[in-house]
Amino acid sequence: MVIQGLAFYLFALMTVASGAMVITARNPVHSVLFLILAFFNSAALFLLMGAEFVAFILIIVYVGAVAVLFLFVVMMLDIDFARLREGFLNYLPIGALVGLILLVELLLVLGAWAILPESELRVTAPAPEAASGLTNTEALGNLIYTEYVYAFQVAGLVLLVAMIGAIVLTLRSRPVRRQRIADQVNRRPEDVLVVRKVDPGEGI
Amino acid sequence: MTQIPDLLPALPEIFLAIAGMALLMLGAFKGDGATRLVAYLTVMSFVIAGFLLLVVVETPAETFNGMFVADDFAVFMKILALLGSAFAVIMSQRFIEREQMARIEFPVLFLFATLGMMMMISAGDLLSLYLGLELQSLSLYVVAAFRRDTVRSSEAGLKYFVLGALSSGMLLYGASLVYGFTGTTSFSGLAEAFAGGGEVGIGLILGIVFVSAGLAFKVSAVPFHMWTPDVYEGAPTPVTAFFAVAPKIAAIALFVRVMIEPFGELVQQWQQIVLAISILSMILGAYAAINQTNIKRLMAYSSIGHVGYALMGLAAGSEAGVRGVLVYMAIYLAMNVGTFACILCMRVNGRMVEGINDLSGLSRTHPLMALVLAVFMFSMAGIPPLAGFFAKLQVFLAAIDAGLITLAVIGGLTSVVGAFYYIRIIKLMYFDDPVESFDRPIGNDMTLVLTGTGLFTAFFFLFPAPIVDAAARAAASLFAG
Repeated sequence: MVIQGLAFYLFALMTVASGAMVITARNPVHSVLFLILAFFNSAALFLLMGAEFVAFILIIVYVGAVAVLFLFVVMMLDIDFARLREGFLNYLPIGALVGLILLVELLLVLGAWAILPESELRVTAPAPEAASGLTNTEALGNLIYTEYVYAFQVAGLVLLVAMIGAIVLTLRSRPVRRQRIADQVNRRPEDVLVVRKVDPGEGI
Repeated sequence: MTQIPDLLPALPEIFLAIAGMALLMLGAFKGDGATRLVAYLTVMSFVIAGFLLLVVVETPAETFNGMFVADDFAVFMKILALLGSAFAVIMSQRFIEREQMARIEFPVLFLFATLGMMMMISAGDLLSLYLGLELQSLSLYVVAAFRRDTVRSSEAGLKYFVLGALSSGMLLYGASLVYGFTGTTSFSGLAEAFAGGGEVGIGLILGIVFVSAGLAFKVSAVPFHMWTPDVYEGAPTPVTAFFAVAPKIAAIALFVRVMIEPFGELVQQWQQIVLAISILSMILGAYAAINQTNIKRLMAYSSIGHVGYALMGLAAGSEAGVRGVLVYMAIYLAMNVGTFACILCMRVNGRMVEGINDLSGLSRTHPLMALVLAVFMFSMAGIPPLAGFFAKLQVFLAAIDAGLITLAVIGGLTSVVGAFYYIRIIKLMYFDDPVESFDRPIGNDMTLVLTGTGLFTAFFFLFPAPIVDAAARAAASLFAG
């Protein structure tokens, strides 16, 4: 229990610290690297909660794809982040005020939140009992590929149509210069090379 | 051991999905030269899907844990949607070949849109409702912008996409509220939750309002109609012909199902919403069309008006009302397909024309076409004994039975106003001097479509029984469950 608690505080602190570094680092590439660190730590937090599937998805999708994409964008675009951050301090009080108001509003709304007791009886996909021995990867698999297989398949069709649409609306066939190996092999020096005798100081 | 869900009720949809992917492969290998072949095969798969629907699917049935429902209502509406789509593919063939739009994706996108419609009609869950709707809308956005090199078509596609995404957002927001306050997304679960007739919370009402706003957008009812005239005018004409028929039918079906099945117990909550949008649509459809000079824009306002009349049956909230909606949509299909076939024939020297004045003196240059178009216009205006009159009669009677006398009176008045612009077209065709004659020949496919829909519209009053009986069965199936 103690070790778990320690681990939680370690990962949580690291997440918050790297989150703060993301917005304060001077070099945007460092920001993205801190973002990746934050993702890893939150994945560890998910692991502590017993949600191993979400943890791995976080690493595979966010670290593997999204963060790397960010990195590319940051490296390819020449954005002067220092200039963007100018005047940050001037707006700090007003920003803090807005944040505070939002926080109070959220507390008010969530504090008074009550879910209809009957609605919990109708939940179609309750979390599996710990005693059932079902890991949450299996439980999610059951939901997606068995319970909601229809929705899953239709979502696939929607993506297919999106792909067709993107191709139909943007693909233009341009005349492409293809490589003709036979032509290249048959090419002879006398077809393309001309030897000229150039007098000194004259040019061609 | 997990059980494989019963696939039989969804067989037509599964067939269409596989056919769509197969046609896509065929097109990918054969290139754009095979567009005509792909189009014919698309129509063929609609026919086979319709056959499967009528012969193989047993009603009532549900599958995929209640996410997919097959009842008589679904079968009726799906047949209408398939018919509308098949006509649209047939009518578009010549046009896309002439206008250098013949790419194999065109019919395939129609096919996927139709698949989305069938899924919408059969939705038994807010989740499958949304997915079907999105499959349909996404295909429609693309075909609206299919002529990507013309500004009007791209503008139509973009406008449709942005506003459609907004409406999907509203629908999803409403669905999430409904889910949050009841704990379930399945229609039967929702119906159960409301069955007690207890107090309905404000959050739930808000959810229902948002869901109906999203649906009203898809059927282009006032005040969510803004996109319709621009999209109808900008999209290529066969695409407009498609938009005006099949997606409207599917969206109306979805509207009816959502209001009657899960929210059936809350009639007094949603009745005023439907009442309001019905009245507004009828009024706007009648008045805004008067000033139009472009026939596609005119048809857009006309379809807004027709949706208003159809929603009148839903506002009644009774079995007779739903039957009225179904009959109305069947007749609407015939009238609109026919009218758009005429619009597609409006070509002068190989160029499409869209002005209403271009129809002047059509009775002297194309007497038969003028006659058929006159039948459609009289029918849309609701002149007896044409089909449009019976469509209106059904919904008016249902509204009066439900005690909505005011609604019926407003409907009657707006049809008188609407008659003005329908009959103006007839006046142009029969009493004005001819302008340039339209190109001949119009082609066998168009002749066939015009003859079929024209005969149906003109002589519906002799044989109304099959359609009215089927609609009655379909409406009964919706109220049984």
